[in-house]
Amino acid sequence: MDFKDLTIERAHKGLLDKEFSCAELAKEYSNKAKKLNKDFNIYITLTEEEALKSAQKTDGRISKGEDVGVLAGIPCAIKDLFNTKGILTTCASRMLQNFVPPYDATAIKKLKDEGMVMIGKTNLDEFACGGSTEHSIFGPTKNPVNPQYVAGGSSGGSAAALAADTCLYSLGTDTGGSIRQPASFCGVVGLKVTYGRVSRSGVTSMASSFDTIGPFAKNTRDCALVLQKMAGNDSLDSTTPDKKVPDYLNNIEDGVKGLKIGIPKEYFDENIDKEVSESVMNAVKQLEKAGAKIVQVSLPATKYAVAVYYIVMPAELSANLARFDGIRFGSKPQEEGKTLTDYYFNARGEGFGDEIKRRIMIGTYVLSAGYYDAYYKKAQKVRTLIIKDFEDVFKKADVIIGPTAPAPAFRIGENIEDPLKMYLADALTIPASCAGLPALNVPCGKSKKGLPIGMQIIGPQFTEDLLLKVGRSYESCEQTV
Amino acid sequence: MIDEKQVKHIAKLARLELKDGKVSKFSGQLNDILDYMALLEKVDVKKVEETSQVTGLKNVSQEDRIITKCDGDTLLLCSPLPKERKQIRVKPAITM
Repeated sequence: MDFKDLTIERAHKGLLDKEFSCAELAKEYSNKAKKLNKDFNIYITLTEEEALKSAQKTDGRISKGEDVGVLAGIPCAIKDLFNTKGILTTCASRMLQNFVPPYDATAIKKLKDEGMVMIGKTNLDEFACGGSTEHSIFGPTKNPVNPQYVAGGSSGGSAAALAADTCLYSLGTDTGGSIRQPASFCGVVGLKVTYGRVSRSGVTSMASSFDTIGPFAKNTRDCALVLQKMAGNDSLDSTTPDKKVPDYLNNIEDGVKGLKIGIPKEYFDENIDKEVSESVMNAVKQLEKAGAKIVQVSLPATKYAVAVYYIVMPAELSANLARFDGIRFGSKPQEEGKTLTDYYFNARGEGFGDEIKRRIMIGTYVLSAGYYDAYYKKAQKVRTLIIKDFEDVFKKADVIIGPTAPAPAFRIGENIEDPLKMYLADALTIPASCAGLPALNVPCGKSKKGLPIGMQIIGPQFTEDLLLKVGRSYESCEQTV
Repeated sequence: MIDEKQVKHIAKLARLELKDGKVSKFSGQLNDILDYMALLEKVDVKKVEETSQVTGLKNVSQEDRIITKCDGDTLLLCSPLPKERKQIRVKPAITM
C-alpha cells in the first residue's frame, strides 16, 4: 500500500473499507517521522507508543462495526505548545524542558474524543516567539523542500511535519503569522481562525489579544474537517463567543462566481519579492476565470502594522511570561541563590533564550511609567486604524487576497542576528492578526529556486467557511489545468 | 535611546539575569527595534479610540462553581522544588 498521496478523507475511506488499519497507518507514519526527524529536526518528542495504543482502540471500534468520525485513527502532529496530559510539553524552552502537563488543552481533548493518533510534538520557536523555528533550544527545523532553508515559524515543526508527509494534519498557533507563514514556506494549507473561534485553554499564552490556534492540512477540505472538530465555545476560554459553528464542508464546493476579491495595493508594493507577487496574481487570475470579480483596494495603515504589533505583543507577552518563575512548574536554576528574588532572576535568566528576553524587555519598557503613553497607548490607537482599514475594504470586497509572506523561505542563519529584519517578514500576516480576522494560506506556486509561495485569503471575522471555499475553488482550478 | 544602564534597569524590573556580554548586544538590538517604532510618532490618532480586544465581547460571566481538572497533589508534582504539607518550599523572601 502506498500511503504517499493520502489525505484525511482518503485515509478515512481506506480505514472504513479495510484497505489498511489504524495501527498500520500509525506505524507507517511513526516510522517515517522517526527516519525524517534525523534530517529535518521536525519533532521534539515522538509518541509512537501512545499513537499505536490510540490506533488499536479505533481499530477495535471499526471491527465492531461502530461509527467512527472522520478524524478517528488519522495520524497528526501537535505543536509543542499544546498541553498534552502525561506527555512532555516543552514550548521549546529550557524553562519547560522537563514539564509534563497534568491535563489536556481543550483542542487536544476534543481531538482525543475523535480518536486522535498523535505521532509527536513538533518543534517551534521558544514560546512561539519567532518566524523561523531557529529560536528553539532543540535547534532549527529544516524545510523539507530544501533543508538549507528555514521551515518558517513559529509553528515550523507542524508545517514541516506535514510537508515531509509524516502526518495527515497538524496543529499550530498563530499570533502574528505563526501558522500562515510556515505553511507558505513549506507549501501546505494553514488556517488562522478568527480570534476566539477555537478555545486556547491549555495552550501556553503568548499575546492574549492576538493568540489563535488552528490546523495545517494538505488541502482545504481536510483543513475544514479538522477545524470542524475544534471550533466553538468553551467555558474554559471566555473569549470564545457562543456563536454557531457552521458546517465547513457545506458550501466549500460552491465556487467563487460573483464573489468580489479585493487586491490591496500595499500587499504588492516594492517590498514584495517579484516572483511572489507574480505567483499570487496568477492565482487571482485563475479565480477571476472561475467567475470572481477583482476589485482594487487599499489598506493604508498596513505600513504601521509591524510597529503596532511589536509594541503590543511584547507588552502582553511580558505579562504572560511573568508566571514562569521556576516555582510552580518549570526548571530549577543551577544556582538557586539566597533569596526568592535571586531565585526568580536565576530561573528566568537561565530558562529563557535571547529572543524571549528581548521581547520581555521591550514589553516591560513600553509598559513602564513614562513610556506607556508614547508606545503602548499609541500602538493601541493605531491598531484601531488598521481595523478600520479592513472594515472599509470589506464594504467593497468579500475577501482580500495577497501574498502570505513578502518572500519565500530564507536560509537558516540568515536573519538570526537581525531581529528587526526577522520581524519585517511578518509584515503581511500581522495586519489580519491585529484585527482578529481569519486568514488562510494556500500554496500557489514555487520560486525559481523551487521554494513554495503561498497566497493569503483574508475575510471578515467568522468567515472561515468563505475562505475555505475560495481556497478550494483555487485548488479545483489547479487540478483541471 | 536605551543605553546599557537602562537595559540593566529593565532586566531588573522583569527579573531577568543577563550575562555581562549580553547587555551591550541587547542595547544595540533594542535600539534598532525602538527606532523602527518611531514610525508611529507621526500618525494622527487624536480622535481614535484604543483597541484592547477585537470581537466586541462584553462582561463574559459564568456560574461560580468549582471545576477540578486535576487535584492539588498532581499539580504539586509539576514543581521542581521540595514540598511540605501540600506547599512548595521556596527561598526566603526577606533575609535578616
